[in-house]
Amino acid sequence: MNKTLLIIKREYLSRVRKKSFIIMTILGPVLMAATIILPAFLADWSEATKKNVAVLDETGWFFEKFNDQENITFYYITDDLETGKNKAISQKGDLLLYIPRTELNVPVNAQLFSSKQPGLNVTAYIRNVMKTEVENKKLLASGIDPDIIKSTKVNINLATIRIEEGGIEKKSNTEVEVGLSIFAGIMIYFFIFMFGAQVLKGVMEEKQSRIVEVIISSVKPYQLMLGKIIGIALVGLTQFFLWIVLTGVFLGVFQAGIFQGDMPENLMQLGQSGQITEQSVPLNSVDELNKFEMITEIINGINFKIMIFSFIFYFLGGFLLYASLFAAIGGAVDQDADTQQFMLPVSIPLVFSVMMVGVIINQPDSPLAVWMSFIPFTSPVTMMMRIPFGVPIWQIWVSAGLLILGFIATTWLAAKIYRTGILMYGKKVNYIEIWKWLKNKY
Amino acid sequence: MSLLRAINVTKTYANHKALDSVSIDVAPQSIFGLLGPNGAGKTTLIRIINMILAKDQGEILLEGKPIRPTDTRYIGYLPEERGLYKKMKVGEQALYLAQLKGMPRNEAYKKLKVWFDKFEIGSWWNKKVEELSKGMQQKVQFIVTVLHNPKLLIFDEPFSGFDPINVNLLKDEILKLREDGATIIFSTHNMASVEELCDHIALINNSKTILSGEIYEIINSFKSNIFEVIYYSPKELLLKGNDFDIISTVKTNGSFASRVKILNNRSSNELLQQIIPQAEVTAFQEVLPSINDIFIQEVNKSKNE
Repeated sequence: MNKTLLIIKREYLSRVRKKSFIIMTILGPVLMAATIILPAFLADWSEATKKNVAVLDETGWFFEKFNDQENITFYYITDDLETGKNKAISQKGDLLLYIPRTELNVPVNAQLFSSKQPGLNVTAYIRNVMKTEVENKKLLASGIDPDIIKSTKVNINLATIRIEEGGIEKKSNTEVEVGLSIFAGIMIYFFIFMFGAQVLKGVMEEKQSRIVEVIISSVKPYQLMLGKIIGIALVGLTQFFLWIVLTGVFLGVFQAGIFQGDMPENLMQLGQSGQITEQSVPLNSVDELNKFEMITEIINGINFKIMIFSFIFYFLGGFLLYASLFAAIGGAVDQDADTQQFMLPVSIPLVFSVMMVGVIINQPDSPLAVWMSFIPFTSPVTMMMRIPFGVPIWQIWVSAGLLILGFIATTWLAAKIYRTGILMYGKKVNYIEIWKWLKNKY
Repeated sequence: MSLLRAINVTKTYANHKALDSVSIDVAPQSIFGLLGPNGAGKTTLIRIINMILAKDQGEILLEGKPIRPTDTRYIGYLPEERGLYKKMKVGEQALYLAQLKGMPRNEAYKKLKVWFDKFEIGSWWNKKVEELSKGMQQKVQFIVTVLHNPKLLIFDEPFSGFDPINVNLLKDEILKLREDGATIIFSTHNMASVEELCDHIALINNSKTILSGEIYEIINSFKSNIFEVIYYSPKELLLKGNDFDIISTVKTNGSFASRVKILNNRSSNELLQQIIPQAEVTAFQEVLPSINDIFIQEVNKSKNE
């Protein structure tokens, strides 16, 4: 068997068999599915307990104005405050809404007594009802029919439509794109760093355990370096695919299992059909519906094929570029502490491209964004951030071509540093020293 | 024909010359000692032979032909800076390293079992390397070096990290490997083991070969006509004339031991003739310089030049 293949095999197997890999592989999708499902689920769950609210309204403005909600029931009392508190809170464990009498002003102050935290939905609903009621009364006092005002309220739906090449119109939703853009950019950053660090660690382990000379008496140093880099890249891809598959599985399980039964009907519809319905959400409804809708929208708005393909390309390209430099650093230094001075300058472009996320998503076609997606050191993150917004094909070709040239160049450079470095022990390495190594003949 | 020849090999690093026209000639089925102080260039030469480093000038011939990268499978190399993957299991690791040398997996497995039994370490197969002691790791390392039946074995400080019992085990194995046809290059500071094992030596200092040849020829060329005589006598030896010079005399348990340098091309028999009338001789032998003495003497000499 080819020796480089043997090295790739060892690097790959020794990592995917590790406990940390298995834990990450399972935990990642669980967390991802949880961030998608949990907010909606928690909102639903926390409001599942019924709440009764006693209303002590001294103004009389709001009698019979509070309607029973799904989990909130209102009843009206006429006792004084102390008796009311005693009855409602101490004896029944209900909440007490106290609206004190006002002499001159309209009632804008109220107090909600309870023995526990009342919950956002309760306070939001009460505030909403009181606000509408007071506003209506004021309008009437000025001689305006509130119904007229209501009829003048309109909801503007601004649909942004992008005309793609070939004249195909595509409904686009900028929020979805922004969310996806940030997610993709951070994911690729995370993947490059996480697996790049494994290359660094792996090279240092070989140097520190002194096995490296045993191995390079059988294979060429660049075979060892390349085998390690490729092996770890495959580990990264494996993790990526497992995450996609498992996230899908967990999402399915969550939806089927947890929401069965007590899931609100409109949520159920959304979850199953996955269609974005043009629903006008009532003003006073809690935000949970919106949240879930947006998430579903994001999932449906993703062009999975393009996203996954470009993620794989830019992960591999960016990883090969950075991993070879990390391998050179690992080969050059003796101790973990010495890596810092070299790691920092090498990783600055990568960190910079993530820091520019705000600028990129605001102006995905600005010259800065375009240039950053051409330069191989920043292009993986920047291009992944731009792709959800749509990128002209020629730019992708330029970016991809430069990235390939970029990693060929860094690999060539790194191999020179690596093969000298791995045989150097007990020498404090600096940039001048490394410059000399580059000129060594082999 | 020699198994390995290095002819005028030169290697320069960015700031210093590591090898300056160094030549060695290793006969087949012999043990060749590569000696020299730290930093002399031994490891560089060994790395060049192993194709780890490239030479600037000169030639390396393996069995008469210039050495090629694929020839590394005929070489077994135990570097001075050696180690194993700590987290990997012993057996798996040995298989991996054997396969990197080009052995098919099945063959490597069978041979490893034989060697593990021989060194009585069969039970370590599934242990992680980090669970083994330093000496145990060295045994595994040795097996991995010799497993693929290399024609040429290169040991750099092979005995470091071994206890005396295992040093003997290793020496026996090295001699056995030579009997089976292997040629061995052996780099060490342990001069006693050089005298014991090596057929030829080369002494490298300051990137140059300052001495090389068959070990007994070298020792003979360095002897300085000093003889030691042990005798019983009421008093110390007294020698007449300018031909014999008593260097030292030590009295132990009623007998004397004197070292005498023979001058003016006199023979040892003439010395004996002078002694016999005065004392009862119990031992008489030539004092040969040790490799250690020669090493120190030559290195110092080249330093002063």
